[in-house]
Amino acid sequence: MLSANSSTTAAVPESPTVAVLALQGAFVEHERKLTQLGCKTTQLRQKADLQQHFDALVLPGGESTVQAKLLHELEMFDPLQARIASGLPVLGTCAGLILLAQQVQSASDGRAVLDSASALSAFDESTHPASPVNGFRTLPITVLRNGYGRQLGSFVAEAVLATRTPSPSLSPAAENSLPAHTQKIPLVCIRAPRITALSSEVQPLIMLNDEPVAVQYNNQIGCTFHPELTDDDTIYRLFLKCFNEQKQ
Amino acid sequence: MTMQTAPTVPSAPSAPSTPSTPSAPVAHTFAERHALNCQLAQMLKGGVIMDVTTPEQARIAEDAGACAVMALERIPADIRAAGGVSRMSDPAMIKGIQDAVTIPVMAKCRIGHFAEAQILQAIEIDYIDESEVLSPADDTYHIDKTAFAVPFVCGARNLGEALRRIQEGATMIRTKGEPGTGDVVQAVRHMRMMNAEIARVTTMRPDELFEEAKRLQVPYDLLKLVHDTGRLPVVNFAAGGIATPADAALMMQLGAEGVFVGSGIFKSGNPAQRAAAIVKAVSNFTDAEMLASLSENLGEAMVGINADEIELIMEARGQ
Repeated sequence: MLSANSSTTAAVPESPTVAVLALQGAFVEHERKLTQLGCKTTQLRQKADLQQHFDALVLPGGESTVQAKLLHELEMFDPLQARIASGLPVLGTCAGLILLAQQVQSASDGRAVLDSASALSAFDESTHPASPVNGFRTLPITVLRNGYGRQLGSFVAEAVLATRTPSPSLSPAAENSLPAHTQKIPLVCIRAPRITALSSEVQPLIMLNDEPVAVQYNNQIGCTFHPELTDDDTIYRLFLKCFNEQKQ
Repeated sequence: MTMQTAPTVPSAPSAPSTPSTPSAPVAHTFAERHALNCQLAQMLKGGVIMDVTTPEQARIAEDAGACAVMALERIPADIRAAGGVSRMSDPAMIKGIQDAVTIPVMAKCRIGHFAEAQILQAIEIDYIDESEVLSPADDTYHIDKTAFAVPFVCGARNLGEALRRIQEGATMIRTKGEPGTGDVVQAVRHMRMMNAEIARVTTMRPDELFEEAKRLQVPYDLLKLVHDTGRLPVVNFAAGGIATPADAALMMQLGAEGVFVGSGIFKSGNPAQRAAAIVKAVSNFTDAEMLASLSENLGEAMVGINADEIELIMEARGQ
């Protein structure tokens, strides 16, 4: 939103620099998408990389156990967690969503899948179950890893953007630049996690069979699917809007 | 819907009947399933896939940061030592490993042994390696991998082998290397050969591609794709003889998108430490200072066999 005080926002770079966690997984695909959308990108592979300037962060798909372990062992975990907690815009996809979730469960044999009808339960912030993944725990949701089973349970589906209640972070103008609520968004789910509970402060962005597959909580957007693998930019546009509005 | 990264692969003669999984909300065409299988390989990139023979080893590998494990009864070095016929592992043993870890579990079947592959699909393996490490079951035909819903990775020594396997339905390629030796020389040779051939193809005039396809014995459409994109249409890992963090970094710098480590970990003095070091080496493969510290005090590497001294050449299996 350009206004009379645009001089104060002139310091904001026109194309934000988005850091992509590049420890393991499909980070190149995110970089490609972000570049297409006019962002600069930089890779985070070790602690020294955190010294660079970046305006937002993407946590890519891959194996959450590997990424979490390397974040800790390469001493990148604490500084990144602090920046996310203090408002750094962050997009987590699949494994990245698992890294953000406050509570993580594993379908230990990969075959324990939920009944989709009764999957969603109330998020209980007071419990702190042992987690198989030592992630950031900044997003008040519960995720079940491998929630649809093994690779044979991987699937592609479509859904529309959820009808939004008045959004705390999206202006009507921003909303208008997003696809209509009838436009189908492709959802590529690879050994995907499922969101099984979410705090009332967390806003579902996309629902599939009455389950949220993309959510937003203040500066954090997470999705169980892979927007970096399709031509659809909806999630990225939501993410970049989130960044732009925060700057204003 | 167009998949941005899904390679264009000639359509299968008929869509295979995908086994219905209780949780999958939609049925899939061959192209959709093929794309999903290519995409799982994309998620493994930048990672290390480790050979394990027991649930305990699988947990050590997962804790050390493996992005997937390969479940097999004997690691290649022991297969080499034991001789005889080497087959698909006992499904009960593979299930034990599936139950032990939450990362993807792969398993090997013999080249051409589609019944072994059907069994592995029935136990919901995440990836099948149609592997030259096991004794080939068919000396002429590879498995028609387009007839399966589970994904396949196959070994290749050069561009021709890689594109033939992709045409047969493989959604991930690895160098063959010479398994079970701890000698990286063959993996290096295969990766360099692949890179050189891809580079050469990209410089060809369009009218030269027809002859090149004939020479390489590969479909023109796949070769055209390599010509246009300058890369294989699926993810390409390094495998065979990788035993140290330096080996892993070498292969990554030569263009591998991740590595398989077979005998190198559990044939070494301190498997957990070596496995973790190789994982870090793959994610920071250009940082020589970090590689130096990762390589310190790792204990004994696998003894290794010079690839020139062995009689059984596994890489020649399945061309």
